[in-house]
Amino acid sequence: MFEFILPDLGEGIHEGEVLEWHVKVGDTIIEDEPLIDIETDKAAVSIPSPKGGIVMATNGEVGEIVYVGNIIVVIDDSGNGSNAVAPVAAAAETVSTPPVAATLAPAAEGFKARSIDHKVPAAPATRKLAREMGIDINTVNGSGPAGRVTQDDVKLHASGAVPASAAPVVTAPVVAPAPVPEVRTPTPTTLSGGASTGIPFLDVDPLPDYSLEGPVEIEKLRSIRRKVAHKMVTSKSIIPHVVHMDEADVTDLDALRKNEKSSREGQPGGRLTLLPFVIKAIISGLKNYPMFNSSLDPFREEIIYKKYYNMGIAVDSERGLIVPVIKNADHLSILGISSQVEDLAEAARTGNIDVSSLSGGTFTITNVGAIGGTGFAAAINYPEAGILGLGRAQDKAVVRNGEIVIRKMLPIGLSYDHRIADGAQAARFMTGIVKLLSNPNTLLLEG
Amino acid sequence: MVMGSLSQEAEVVVIGAGPGGYVAALRLADLGKEVVLVEAREKLGGVCLIEGCIPSKVLINVVELGNAAKESKEMGLKIQHNGYDLPQLRKWTNSVVDGLTSGVGSLLKSRGVEVFHGKAQFADNRTILVDGGRVALKFKKCIIATGSRVTELPFGKDMGVWSSVEALLLPSVPKSLLIVGGGYIGLELGLVYAGLGSKVTMVEFTGRLLIGADRDLSAVIVKHCEKRFERIMVDSKVESIDKTSKGYEVTISHKGESEVIKTDQVLVSIGRRPNTDDLGLENTDVIVEKDGLIKVDKHGRTNNSRIYAIGDIVPGPALAHKASREAKVAAENIANHDAEFDNRAVPAVVFTDPEIAWTGLTERDAKEDGIKYKLGKFPLRALGRARTMGRTDGFVKILADPDTNLVLGVGMVGPHVSEMIAEATLAMEMGATLEDLMVTIHPHPTISESIMEAAEVAAGTAVHIIPPKPRK
Repeated sequence: MFEFILPDLGEGIHEGEVLEWHVKVGDTIIEDEPLIDIETDKAAVSIPSPKGGIVMATNGEVGEIVYVGNIIVVIDDSGNGSNAVAPVAAAAETVSTPPVAATLAPAAEGFKARSIDHKVPAAPATRKLAREMGIDINTVNGSGPAGRVTQDDVKLHASGAVPASAAPVVTAPVVAPAPVPEVRTPTPTTLSGGASTGIPFLDVDPLPDYSLEGPVEIEKLRSIRRKVAHKMVTSKSIIPHVVHMDEADVTDLDALRKNEKSSREGQPGGRLTLLPFVIKAIISGLKNYPMFNSSLDPFREEIIYKKYYNMGIAVDSERGLIVPVIKNADHLSILGISSQVEDLAEAARTGNIDVSSLSGGTFTITNVGAIGGTGFAAAINYPEAGILGLGRAQDKAVVRNGEIVIRKMLPIGLSYDHRIADGAQAARFMTGIVKLLSNPNTLLLEG
Repeated sequence: MVMGSLSQEAEVVVIGAGPGGYVAALRLADLGKEVVLVEAREKLGGVCLIEGCIPSKVLINVVELGNAAKESKEMGLKIQHNGYDLPQLRKWTNSVVDGLTSGVGSLLKSRGVEVFHGKAQFADNRTILVDGGRVALKFKKCIIATGSRVTELPFGKDMGVWSSVEALLLPSVPKSLLIVGGGYIGLELGLVYAGLGSKVTMVEFTGRLLIGADRDLSAVIVKHCEKRFERIMVDSKVESIDKTSKGYEVTISHKGESEVIKTDQVLVSIGRRPNTDDLGLENTDVIVEKDGLIKVDKHGRTNNSRIYAIGDIVPGPALAHKASREAKVAAENIANHDAEFDNRAVPAVVFTDPEIAWTGLTERDAKEDGIKYKLGKFPLRALGRARTMGRTDGFVKILADPDTNLVLGVGMVGPHVSEMIAEATLAMEMGATLEDLMVTIHPHPTISESIMEAAEVAAGTAVHIIPPKPRK
C-alpha cells in the first residue's frame, strides 16, 4: 500500500485547491500518468502518480484545499488486483468527508501507523484548544521552533488570516493582537462572523442577506482571488501608503520607440512598448534611492536593502491577477526587458507560467493605462516598499516656452511605504524618473 | 432480566476499580454524573495497588536499603545488616497497600460513587448483571476497565508454581528460585528475591533480557543481574516442570540441547492477558479481537457508542498510568467534553536497580521504521551527583530530529530515572527541542542534569565531555 503525500511544491506553497482528479477510487493508474491538478496560489500544477497500482482512496474533492504533507491518495501497488477490490468501498467512504487533513486517519488505521503519523509539535493545551475550535491541528502552520504550533497560531488559523509560511505570522501582531473569533451573532462563518479585530471602532459585522432584496449569485472565494484578498488586506493594513503623482513628457521617447519598433518586427522583444523604457528608468531611480527597493521587517525592526533589482509586472491573466518577475532586470538591455515582458505575458496568458517566475520581486509596476485612466493609487505588493502605476499616455495641450503645444503625456503614480521613505525622497525619485522618460538620450546614457 | 433481581437504573457503570476504573469513576462524579462502580475483589485499587506496582515497590525499596547498607563499607558506613524479618516485611507491605486501598474507598465515598462488590457480566447492550443477577444495572453509558491477569504456562498448574501474585505475598524465601521470563516483572522480582537471599536462575525465551527496551539500556541491568543472579539463560525454552519431594525439576531446551535444573521454587512471569473473556461481551455488539483486546477510538469508545474501554484491555502498553489517562479521556467524553487520547508518549519504567525508563521513540523503532535521528548520550560517570552516591552506572540518551532538533525520544538508566522520565515525557508532549532542554536550568548537583547534558551532546555543545579527537 503506497500513501502519496502531497509533495513540497516549492516557493513557500503549502496548499492548493483541487482542480481535477484524473483518477477515481478503483481505477488502475500507471506510474507517471497525471493524477491530480492542483491550483496553488501561484500556478496550476499537474501532479503525476509516483506509483502504478489501484487507487484505494483519494483525499480532497474538487474545489477543496489540500495541504502539503497530507496524504492525497492511497495506491495499492502490490500488483495484486483481486485483493484490492474488497477494501475499496470502505476506504473510499471514510475518506470522502472533510476536513481534508483529518479524513485519512480512520481509513489508514489498518495501514502502517507511523508513516502517516504526521503530527505537528504542539503542547497538550494547544492541541485541546484546536480540538475545541474544531481545527485539525496538523493543518496549522507552527511559528515556533521545529514548527511548534502555539495557541496564537491556532487562533490565527481560525481567523482565516493564514500567513504565507515564508513570513511567519506577519499579520497577527500588527493587525490584530489576538484575533479570537468572538462571535456576537450566530453566523455560519468564522472569517467575517462579527469577528472583533482588536482595532478600536473596527468591527467586521456580518453582511446583510442580499437575497432578500433580489436575486444573487454566490461564488466561493478561492485560489488567486483569496490570495489577492490576503495580500491586499495585509498590504493596506500594515503599510502606511502615500501616493505621489506626476506626468512625464514621452513625446520624444515614443517617437524613438515607434521608429525602433518598425525595424524590429518579429524579433524577440520587437513588440516594443513604453513599459521596458519605464522599467529601465525605475531601476535607475531605485539605484539612486535604494529605500524604494527595500523591505521593512517590523519584528526585527530592520530595513532590508536589496542589492538586486527584480521587477514585478502586474498582469491581468485569465486566472486573475498575477505578478511575474523579471529577475536582475538591471542586467538587461531595454530590448532584453521587452523580450522577457513578451515571454512572461505569453506564459501568464496561457497559464504555463513557472512558479519560480512568480516570486522574488523587489519592486512592482502596474500598467492599467493600456486600458485607460488618468491616474490611480496602486496598492503596494507587500512586503515591497513601492509600486509604480502607469496611466494612459495621451496627447495633451501643454505649455512649452510660453506656447501651447501638443505633447504626449504619461501619468505616473508612485505608492510608497511611508515607514521607509518620506515625501521629499519620493518627489526626488519620481522627478528623476520623469526626467529620464522625457529625455531618451539621458535614459540611454544613464539608464 | 433475571427474575427476582434488584434492578437499578445507572447513568454510568464502571467495571473494575483499578487505576483505570476508579479514576474514571472519580472524574465522572466530579463532572456531575451518577456513577456505579462494580469491582469483583473485596479491596479497591486493582492489580496495581493490591498485587502489582505498589507492593512490588515496597519490597524493592526495602531490598535496595538492605543492599545499600551491605555495600556502603567503602563509604565509611558501619552498619550490621542481619537479614530480613519476613513477618514484619509482610505486615509493612500490607499496611501500605491497605492505606492506599482504603484511601481509594474514601475518595469514592466522598463523591457519592456507589460501589458494588461482585462479578459483572453484560446481559445485553444496556444491562450489566452483578453476580449472575443479584443486581441488574441498566446503564446509559459504561466503561469497561477490567484490566489483565498473569499469563500461565500450559503446565505446572496446581503444583505450587508462583506467579507474580504469589511472589509478592512473600510466602517464603526459597534457597533457589527459577524465574521463567526476563521481562520487567521477572527482573524486578528476581532482584527482590536475590536481595532477600535466594539464588536466582533466570530463563528467557528471547535472545536477551528486557527485550522491549533498547539494547544499550538493558545492557546496564544485565551487567548488574549477572552479579546478583546465579545464572541467566537466554534463547531458552521451558519444556516441562515437574514437582519433586524437594522442589521442582525444570526441563529447559537451549539451542537444541536439553537441561534439567533442580530448584526449590519456580516463578512464572511471562506476561499478562486481558480480562475480556468472562464479561458476557458476546451478549453485546462489542467486538473482542483474537488477542482479547478491544479496539477503541481516540475517545475510548468501542464500536458500541454507549460502551467505552480503557486500560490493559485496549491496545497499547498495559501500564497503570496509561489506564488513568484513558480513564479521564473516556469520562470527559461521557460528560460531553471534547477530550482525546492524543498523547505523544507513554513512559515506560522498570524499577530494577539501577532503574530504566524510556519515553517516545526508541532507537529500535527508529531503525525499524527508517526514522532519521541524531543521538546525544551522557554517561553518569561524568556527573558529580552520581559520583557522590557511588552510583555511576548508567546514562541518559536523547534522540532528536537531525534537521529541527525536535526531541523524538529519551531513554535513561541510573538512579532516580523513574522520576526523571517525567521531564522527558513533558518535553515530548510540549514539542520541545534540544535547546529547550539545554537552556532550562537543572539544579546542581542532581542526576537530572544528565538530561540537559545529553541534549547538549546531541546538539554538539556539551562542555562536560572530552571532545572526540579529530581524526587525522
